[in-house]
Amino acid sequence: MSEALQSYQQRLAQAFQAETSEFAGEISLIVPAPKILEAARMIHDEFGFDFLAYVTAVDYWPEENPRFHVVYAFRSLSQKLILHLRAPVPGISPSLPSIEPVYRNANWQEREVFDMFGIKFEGHSDPRRILMPADWQGHPQRKDYPLGYEEPQYSFNFDEIKARKPAPKE
Amino acid sequence: MGVEQKLGNMGVVTVKMEELINWSRTNAMWPMLFGLACCAIEMMSAQSANHDMSRFGMELMRASPRQSDLMIVAGRVTRKMAPVLRRLYDQMPDPKWVIAMGDCASCGGVFNNYAVMQGVDEVVPVDVYVAGCPPRPEALMHGIVTLHEKVRGEKLKDWA
Amino acid sequence: MTQIQEVSLDEIRHLVSERALTGDTMLLNMGPQHPSTHGVLRLLLELDGETVVNCIPDIGFLHTGIEKNMESKTYQKAEVMTDRMDYMNTVGNNFTYCLAVEKLVGLDVPARAQAIRVILAELTRIQSHLVWLGTAALDVAAMSVFLYCFREREQILDIMELVSGQRMMTTYIRPGGVWRDVPVEFEAAVRDFIKIIPKRIDEYEAMLTKNPLFLDRCLGIGVISGEEAINWGLTGATLRASGPDYDLRKYAPYSGYEQYDFEVPTHTDGDVYARYLIRIEEMRQSIRIIEQAMAKIPLGPVRSNNYKFVPPPRSEIGTSMEALIHHFKLWTEGFSAPKGSVYAATESPRGELGCFLEGDGGPKPYRVHFRAPSFDNLQVLPRLSKGHFVADLVAIIGSIDIVLGDIDR
Repeated sequence: MSEALQSYQQRLAQAFQAETSEFAGEISLIVPAPKILEAARMIHDEFGFDFLAYVTAVDYWPEENPRFHVVYAFRSLSQKLILHLRAPVPGISPSLPSIEPVYRNANWQEREVFDMFGIKFEGHSDPRRILMPADWQGHPQRKDYPLGYEEPQYSFNFDEIKARKPAPKE
Repeated sequence: MGVEQKLGNMGVVTVKMEELINWSRTNAMWPMLFGLACCAIEMMSAQSANHDMSRFGMELMRASPRQSDLMIVAGRVTRKMAPVLRRLYDQMPDPKWVIAMGDCASCGGVFNNYAVMQGVDEVVPVDVYVAGCPPRPEALMHGIVTLHEKVRGEKLKDWA
Repeated sequence: MTQIQEVSLDEIRHLVSERALTGDTMLLNMGPQHPSTHGVLRLLLELDGETVVNCIPDIGFLHTGIEKNMESKTYQKAEVMTDRMDYMNTVGNNFTYCLAVEKLVGLDVPARAQAIRVILAELTRIQSHLVWLGTAALDVAAMSVFLYCFREREQILDIMELVSGQRMMTTYIRPGGVWRDVPVEFEAAVRDFIKIIPKRIDEYEAMLTKNPLFLDRCLGIGVISGEEAINWGLTGATLRASGPDYDLRKYAPYSGYEQYDFEVPTHTDGDVYARYLIRIEEMRQSIRIIEQAMAKIPLGPVRSNNYKFVPPPRSEIGTSMEALIHHFKLWTEGFSAPKGSVYAATESPRGELGCFLEGDGGPKPYRVHFRAPSFDNLQVLPRLSKGHFVADLVAIIGSIDIVLGDIDR
């Protein structure tokens, strides 16, 4: 682990009371969710991390608080470093500030997180669903959303499934 | 050999009307460009120089449904895309046929979840199913030849 | 089944300009089924005559729920679904997923497997660029290039079939190495291919690079500057055409790329023509890498011998008890990964393809997310196409090289 990365992580940990966790050679910092926009500004302006790799979320249902962790990864192209951040968000009306003012590609990335998990991003310029149809109910990648698979049709249940299966009108 | 022997003195050929109409339909069937996912790339391969689909009369793929007879559904159809698929099928004029190319269009394929339609025959009536993930261009051509045989066997009383 | 969404103006009022509401500009739907959108992409265009004022992409028509579906399969079985995401770069998707799994469980990869992986990844890069060239040239009405490119592509698909039995969705790269050793004809087939392809690329260049029609349609279209491109999160040739030389094979080398000597082409113009030149040059550099890898490929095993994660060879099952137990465990339950999350990224023909993988101690991935390069690359389309004609919009979409399977996953 390079010293530059360690110094950035220490400065972030001090400024936002972030905990660090290390796994498989990667260090990720857990930053409280309301502070994520300030942290993003600090990372972009002071540390020089100009590239947002991705924004995604992990659902830890049935834990209620925090239920989601929103995961970010920032790269510094000139210094060849990568920084991983996590922001825990509770399960009831989850929301946190959007980092779109700092990194413009967070626009669609956060829309996808909203579509799949239902996490609202405050200050986002275009909060609509992106992958599912606009009138879809529910947020598919939550753990309590069913996979929605079709039962396999064997010979003993062939007729009952055939009666239920949609078929086209000519 | 050839047509001259049958033509006789007057230059007339007699043939059953069913056969004539079915023959002309198979030899110039224009597919509609409906490539959705990976199977579309194999369909493009089947169209290109190595396995040439234009020898079956399918020289061009028509983008407009109003000018095509055959819809080759190549790729997975999601629930968001299903109404679009049905609307395009409705816009095609009769006579029209549908080939479900690939496993995803036939039965949902590898994907059995909330987003993918388990077989395109939930929205449109399918004539030929071509299996494979993705099917080789030769398999697609076998499917087209099977469709041609099916069309050759169509009877007058079905569409008169 | 949902009905067709008739978008009311209220929903997109914040995205279109006021002139659309008065009827000064026209809202046109470039629908999901269209010959030039490279897949099921829907664009809502706001047009002032022929000029694009704004364009709003509507994606999700190919959303397959792969990430959620992978959570219900074991690590080995879930790999089959990764092939079908970015279907032009099937080997690369497997590669990225396997790198993430190997990082998560701490699995080693032998040197011969790394060299084979590099050769196949570069062949896939050439194959993807050939399809890009064929379809992008088709969009600007150069149809013969399409037929030529697919002819070369058939040779690469023959090599893939030789190695794995499948033309496109190979699933040949597996955690711990590759599935099995390459057959004896592999080397001859790859050498034959490398011998003819440079002349063929010269043929394509002779048709397009100095062609005044092509230049007219591509020069100065869809320009974006370097810093703006980085802020928009662009990667791949779309970014390198504007200046920054971010290529993951040099930035954070994986699978032995540091031993090969190759260049990463960049350009400063940032327009459609620059992206075309860069991809042609990338094909030539890929040929260089393949030649070096074929010269240096070491002998040895092609898969790790850590049988907790890798199936033992069939011949050992009859004689060794541990091999039988490992085989049984892997086939029934699968291997377990520890709790924790990793991120592994590779350079796909479109940009940075990354896999975020989180394990929870069980045999199934707890969360898989793929950072898709085309997803961020498409986001910049409204910015690039403002003020251009609809015909230029088609050329721009072709130059960004999007694959809808990658975007929608």
